[in-house]
Amino acid sequence: MSIGEILDRLFTLEGTRELLALDFVQQALIAGALLALIAGALGPLVVARQVSFAVHGTSELTFTGAAAALLVSSSLVSAGALVGAVLAALVFGLLGLRERERDSVIGAVLAFGLGLGGLFLWLYPGRASNQLALLFGQIVAVGRDDVWLLGGCALAVLVVLAAVWRPLLFASMDPEVAQARGVPVRALSMLFAGLIGVATGLAVPTVGALLVLALLITPAAAAAQVTANPVTALLLATAFAEVAVVGGIVLSLAPGAPISGYVTTIAFVIYLICRGVGTLRRYPRTSPLNPHPTEQSA
Amino acid sequence: MSPLNLTTEPDHLRMRSPVAPPAAPAVRLRSARLAYGRRVLWDCLDLDVAPGEFLAVLGPNGSGKTSLLRVLLGLTPLSAGSAEINGRPVRRGSRAIGYIPQQRALDPTLTLRGRDLVGLGLDGHRWGLGLPSRRRRAQVLRALDAVGARPYADAPVGLLSGGEQQRLRVAQALVGDPDVLLCDEPLLSLDLAHQRMVSELIDARRRAAQTAVLFVTHEINPVLPAVDRVLYLVDGRFSIGTPAEVMTSATLSALYGTDVEVIKVWQRLLVIGVHGDDLSGGADPHHVPIAPSYSASVRHEHR
Repeated sequence: MSIGEILDRLFTLEGTRELLALDFVQQALIAGALLALIAGALGPLVVARQVSFAVHGTSELTFTGAAAALLVSSSLVSAGALVGAVLAALVFGLLGLRERERDSVIGAVLAFGLGLGGLFLWLYPGRASNQLALLFGQIVAVGRDDVWLLGGCALAVLVVLAAVWRPLLFASMDPEVAQARGVPVRALSMLFAGLIGVATGLAVPTVGALLVLALLITPAAAAAQVTANPVTALLLATAFAEVAVVGGIVLSLAPGAPISGYVTTIAFVIYLICRGVGTLRRYPRTSPLNPHPTEQSA
Repeated sequence: MSPLNLTTEPDHLRMRSPVAPPAAPAVRLRSARLAYGRRVLWDCLDLDVAPGEFLAVLGPNGSGKTSLLRVLLGLTPLSAGSAEINGRPVRRGSRAIGYIPQQRALDPTLTLRGRDLVGLGLDGHRWGLGLPSRRRRAQVLRALDAVGARPYADAPVGLLSGGEQQRLRVAQALVGDPDVLLCDEPLLSLDLAHQRMVSELIDARRRAAQTAVLFVTHEINPVLPAVDRVLYLVDGRFSIGTPAEVMTSATLSALYGTDVEVIKVWQRLLVIGVHGDDLSGGADPHHVPIAPSYSASVRHEHR
């Protein structure tokens, strides 16, 4: 296959319009948009708190929860994924409160959890691969009920986030002073871990573990490059996540390809553009106390 | 535990009518003891800090200087005795207290501007979204203006210099109009010009608004012109008094239990100890007998 043929195969909009009229496609788009909303709202705090690895670990450990649930009943896989993610996030939150230990705690728990998941699969008498396939992005399999569930969870996450926004921002950006001011930094840490667990547990069965990182971290990291206003960062991260998910799903329709590649590519291109803009923005900078920044930074 | 020289309230305070409550000291400790297991940081500590008073808290690493601030913030309970702010027992999240931490390197991509940092000091402890209002904006701008930080109010905090960040920290601590200002080594890792600038800001504020200041520091010289009294902590022993009373060879020798010499050079105090006999066990810039500009050369030795 020539490069031209490959590109033709990857990028075609032939039939996209007809596909967009289909119910399951529309449900996939709504589900993706809802996930992008949650991810965009939580992402900037994930980046500020430097817990990307914990998010990665949480998304991987949905597998353990799903595998354990599979032993009970194959209809419980999604619920198991959610429980697994929330439990993993809380364990990371509880054990990894001290910054210096965080990485090693996540590594240890992640390895243990994945090993346990493998054991659960071996115990399962049937063919597990079919049942667990939904862990790797089955967005076209999203049903009407799933959309309602996602919508309800998105609303709940946003309401909780709004209720604790100021102290959570304080605790994430400036934990030492926040604690001195009486903000319950530890409790908010656990609450945030719980929110990450819910978001991840919902997202993994829908778009796969890979896209969780592309939605929670890449758009927020991109936004952090171009703005220092925390509210603008949240809105931009949400917009970037929406563009990546909705754009990625639409582009994947006509070729019939998996959405992951499209979504991650769009998110990464946005990230690269924002990095470029951010570098231009930061240099040169002048301030009354530091009148020659270009000489110092050169 | 018998309290030592417990000061009684002055008579004029007692005779006030119950309608106008007696003016309590901004900070009051009575027979305060703080111990972790068998290690006693300090004991029988009686301390009154009056509104508008500037108290420097000195001592080697591990002598319980920061722990004293944590007690007043309500984050660490006393092992014995009592601690009060404005006549009420200390509690977490007291609005009467402003807090300035050490300057620390902030991530350059942290999505936080100077005005956000100050705004968090104003209402970051409250629940909810905190919708923008003209009044809040004006309050934050006033605090920024008071420290001359308006020009970089919209810059990302992670891109500011250490001196600029500490100016914002002062504004953040003062925006809530506290009665007590607790400073935990706010000058550490700043150069001499910025050390002077930050301590002058704090000094001006306590004179203008009668704010009591507890200033924890390794080094008294940058704040010496402002200091009213010194609390010097060493290994469970302590001494309270004016700099002229405490910063003497006799007092510090007694505190450290070894020969310590205090020399005044160019309006600066140099505390010179015998190395090896140092009871604190840690490096202390007070014990480094070098030129008056030594603070710049040794500041990197401390975390």
